[in-house]
Amino acid sequence: MTTPGGMLLVLAVMLPVIGLLAGLVLGGRHARSVALITIAAGLAVALAIADAVLVSGGQLAYVLGGWTPPLGILLRADGLSAAMLLAGAVVVAGIAVYAGQDFGTERGAPESRKSLAFWLLLLAVWAGLNLVFVTRDLFTGYVALEMLTFAAVPLVCLDGRGETIRAALRYLLFALAGSMLYLLGVFLLYGMYGTVDMALLAERAGPNVTTIAAIALLTTGLLAKTALFPLHLWLPPAHSGAPPAASAILSGLVVKGSWFLVVRIWLDVFPGVVTVSSAQLLAAFGAAAILAGNVVALRQQRLKLLVAYSTVAQIGYLFVMFPLAAGFVALDLDASPARSAGLLQAISHALAKAAMFMAAGLIYRSVGHDRIAELAGSARAMPMTVLTFAIAGIALMGLPPSGAYVAKKLFFDAAAATGQGWLAIVLDAGAFLTASYTVLVLAHAIRPAASPMKLQKPVSRVGEIAALTLAIASLLLGFVAAGMIPHASLAGAFTLDGLVSALVLVLGGAAVACALGLELPPLAGGRNLADLLRPLRQMTVAIGGLVVRADGALRQWPVASIALLGLAIAFAAAIATGA
Amino acid sequence: MDVPTLFGICAAVLVGLGLYGLIVNPQPLRKILAFNLMGNGIFMICAVIARRGAAAGFGGDPVPQALLITAIVVAFAASALAVATLLRLHDETGSTSIAPDAP
Repeated sequence: MTTPGGMLLVLAVMLPVIGLLAGLVLGGRHARSVALITIAAGLAVALAIADAVLVSGGQLAYVLGGWTPPLGILLRADGLSAAMLLAGAVVVAGIAVYAGQDFGTERGAPESRKSLAFWLLLLAVWAGLNLVFVTRDLFTGYVALEMLTFAAVPLVCLDGRGETIRAALRYLLFALAGSMLYLLGVFLLYGMYGTVDMALLAERAGPNVTTIAAIALLTTGLLAKTALFPLHLWLPPAHSGAPPAASAILSGLVVKGSWFLVVRIWLDVFPGVVTVSSAQLLAAFGAAAILAGNVVALRQQRLKLLVAYSTVAQIGYLFVMFPLAAGFVALDLDASPARSAGLLQAISHALAKAAMFMAAGLIYRSVGHDRIAELAGSARAMPMTVLTFAIAGIALMGLPPSGAYVAKKLFFDAAAATGQGWLAIVLDAGAFLTASYTVLVLAHAIRPAASPMKLQKPVSRVGEIAALTLAIASLLLGFVAAGMIPHASLAGAFTLDGLVSALVLVLGGAAVACALGLELPPLAGGRNLADLLRPLRQMTVAIGGLVVRADGALRQWPVASIALLGLAIAFAAAIATGA
Repeated sequence: MDVPTLFGICAAVLVGLGLYGLIVNPQPLRKILAFNLMGNGIFMICAVIARRGAAAGFGGDPVPQALLITAIVVAFAASALAVATLLRLHDETGSTSIAPDAP
């Protein structure tokens, strides 16, 4: 059963662990070099896996100790795993280059615990993620996710401030509640079918009460760790309070781990049990995340919180693929377009969001604060950083030629084919709102300052290059994807049409930003217009305030944890009644 | 009522108590204890499954027992991490509240 090259999968998981142990032994002075060497090797392994799976079109498998499932453990990489492994490796490499400025140890300087912890935790997160991507059984998935959480939580409070420790504890406790639900689901499935292997479960599972309860528990547990709205109570403080390099890992990669297992469960293990209506429920929470997350992002005063709320919204996008895939299955069609689009969306977001957090971190470091209203003149003082933010924003809103643009094209096509037009409307609304906060931040950054901005620290050139590289990779992902995904709707994807829609999007986004965002000082001659529109703006700001307050109420612990149970019951009911 | 059913009901009660504590107790330490209570209920379900699978003539199905011991170790590590974080929070801020607007 072990295929030639199966050892690569073991290497993908074990290399970061070996690096972690070596770093621990050699200490803080060498942790960074050990991490960089490990990441270079891991990147090569990810490329080799991608070459074997994506280019040659095969599958890699490794049976641990020669014991086949159900008794043994199988590691396997299909296209989905290989693409995520490669994306993860690229983002980790970018973050490692960027983090040198914050967590490097100067020659002769005393070694710090903070930098040792960062490099070890970076490798630990990476090991956990790679295991999630290659595992083929639900219980190994549980262990991998716990590894991921235990590494991610200390990353939140690396700088040891009280408020970040509080954010970390909230994250940990809520994630633990989620993992217990997941574990219960795994045990119920074992009790029913005598296996936790994905392929065997897919063969044996039928729509009975235990299976439906298990799917609902597994899904809800994973959603708590992914922070899908309304279970996002821990995400904004954790992702905005962490050091920028850590935020980039948390936002770009960690939330994708639990999302990836939802994809496996809904699309690979139980495609015959889950129903279109239950998948639509999943996407409805995604839609709520897109709308609420983006509106709250637009109302933020601080750049890092804005980016964190934009993550809340972008997580919503990742769940649009489920009803489309279920719709294809219900029509006996191939679900691969929806699957490719979801994958593309995830990778594109991982790259762009990491770049955006890095840019926000560079601004915070050099300007000394991240209050959006006081960023005037920063585009002149640090042009490359602001450009990175702009490119990441363009990639997130899905303008051509970004990966998100190709994903959106595929989604629109699938929504039309399966008769779910409302998803297309949600995606469009989300793109407008994403455009609006990107425009808002840029408008403040480009505004000339009364006196030239004095930077407290010079901008790190290496950090800027790392962030820009990830942003550009996300922007150009569309070209790569359009070449790899054979699909009719992608023919002629990059034409004039795309540019026109881009223009509409940016102008519409600017209008939304004017209506809802922080107030900009009016341009000369624009004062009359501003006075004319004031009642309209007051109304939209009031609506925005309502959304912010509703979000605040949902992020209370009792509300969120009752929502956790409510979601489990709702999913069980949706699957049971749809069957 | 046979033994597995009795243990199954006990497990369900433990999970329910744990969930209740996790939701309503504002104190993080109580939340950690509630998490452990809920975890023990779930482990007991796994043990019942191992026992029930023994109908085939073995003394007990070994696979759930292997899963169980792994899960216990993971839950122990989780509790340790949570308690350590809580202690650090108390050292830094003098309070143990995890409310979003706490001082």
